[in-house]
Amino acid sequence: MTDVVVNLAYLGAAMLFVLGLKMLGSPSTARRGNALSAIGMLIAVVATLLSQGVVAWHWIAIAAAAGVIVGALAARLVAMTSMPEMVALFNGSGGIASLLVGAAALFPGVVGGAAGGEAAVSTFTAVTVLLSVMIGGVTFSGSIVAWGKLAEVLPSGALLFAGQRLVNGGLLAALVACGVFFVLAPAADSPYFVAVLALALALGVLAVVPIGGADMPVVISLLNSYSGLAACAAGFAINNNVLIVSGSLVGAAGIILTNIMCKAMNRSLANVLFSGFGAVRAGAKVEGEVKPITAEDASLILEAASAVAFVPGYGMAVAQAQHVVRELGEMLEANGCEVSYAIHPVAGRMPGHMNVLLAEASVPYDQLVEMEDVNPRMANIDVAVVIGANDVVNPAARQDAASPIYGMPIINVDHARTVFVLKRSMASGFAGIDNPLFFGANTRMLFGDATASISAVIASLKE
Amino acid sequence: MELVPVYLAFILALSIFLGFELISKVPATLHTPLMSGANAISGITLVGALFAAGADGPDWLATALGCAAVFFATVNVVGGYLVTDRMLGMFKKRAAPSAGERDKPVSEKPDL
Repeated sequence: MTDVVVNLAYLGAAMLFVLGLKMLGSPSTARRGNALSAIGMLIAVVATLLSQGVVAWHWIAIAAAAGVIVGALAARLVAMTSMPEMVALFNGSGGIASLLVGAAALFPGVVGGAAGGEAAVSTFTAVTVLLSVMIGGVTFSGSIVAWGKLAEVLPSGALLFAGQRLVNGGLLAALVACGVFFVLAPAADSPYFVAVLALALALGVLAVVPIGGADMPVVISLLNSYSGLAACAAGFAINNNVLIVSGSLVGAAGIILTNIMCKAMNRSLANVLFSGFGAVRAGAKVEGEVKPITAEDASLILEAASAVAFVPGYGMAVAQAQHVVRELGEMLEANGCEVSYAIHPVAGRMPGHMNVLLAEASVPYDQLVEMEDVNPRMANIDVAVVIGANDVVNPAARQDAASPIYGMPIINVDHARTVFVLKRSMASGFAGIDNPLFFGANTRMLFGDATASISAVIASLKE
Repeated sequence: MELVPVYLAFILALSIFLGFELISKVPATLHTPLMSGANAISGITLVGALFAAGADGPDWLATALGCAAVFFATVNVVGGYLVTDRMLGMFKKRAAPSAGERDKPVSEKPDL
């Protein structure tokens, strides 16, 4: 294929990506959108393979076959509750791929780039290679740390140490300095190149380490954005439009999601990234009486209710309770009750985490309501059932100006007529803040594993 | 040659604006599939990886880097699209009572 044909194919692929992303914006078209985008990718890959730049096939075939097997198995086998870990790993693999492409572009003879055919690497190529290695490196090691935290291979809390900002600042300065030296004398075997690589990887680790588990939705979205920007930088390095277009679309998508997550926590991105939130235990101490309830009594109240809202949080994912929640919801509906699922934007460990789990349990998506829509109707809800959520329903965010989460928009379950809180124990939530909700006059605590508790309620409803 | 970086920058700037416009109004329900779908698109770096791995007779190190890139980018692309499809296959409306698991497409007409 000539370059013109190949680039026209890239144009087609880019258009399919745009169309696919557009269609991902509505539940009824999302699946077709994703398929269109996949077709775009296939077109781009086939055009590349047929282009004059690709002549040696055997190694490609082996590497690609291995990638297909690993990717397909991972996608097929992963449990829906482990989706945040999966997304983190995919972000990381995108990041390291861009890093490697950038590095390869330094070698003469690698086609598609400014380096093609020229012995020396131009300054423009050097700068873009540098960017793709830096962004790709941070994305890769940051994603691995995020994965470790989500999978609880690493401690999921925020890890802070003395002089952390100083260390990070020093690292960044060293990274920039090595980058400048590299650009002044760009070569694949430059010691500064190796230094940039090592520093970028270290920076990725140190950037994610101080971020606590409940802030993971922000980190995942941000790393998603970085993986796009890394592809974009690699596109500059090898002078390829389709990489630039797709990479920047993904970069923009990730930044929008990051912004939505930050807003949902009423915090700035800088605060999320640097404050080590969750490591500090602060806020007013709450005193009061906790009123436990048995599954039998809970089922009696639910049976009499005409409007019930379930409010899930990360605890539902941990207990794998989504299936019994759906079963309880269907029983109540059959009983004439109006059932909805109120979902806070940052509930769980990644954007939309709860929605995916409930979809897995076959809860229709039109039964899921967003925070802004449920709050005005909260006074008409007979029972709000909080399942493993804590900070996102903590009224201290409205009332206690000293609380670290003060100002964060929450689901106002305390305005419902009755609140059931399903909880394993009285331990505080991720942010380590006491929750006045547990001591509210209309709150009843149903202690125990969420799945076991709900199963008990279902059993007693059946009687 | 001097103008090439400028053209590339043009494309970059316009695509970023396009990206913001495209994605600014995605409902919260779809945040996860949007993220993993977008992530699969970022696997487009596979195109660059193929150029690096498939170039004729450069340094063996370049080929090795390219092949590793092909592997990781393929994992990203294939895994990303498949897992997104799997998730979206589970999103259903109330109308269809959940009997068939995978084959049922997401219903066509939104009943708003």
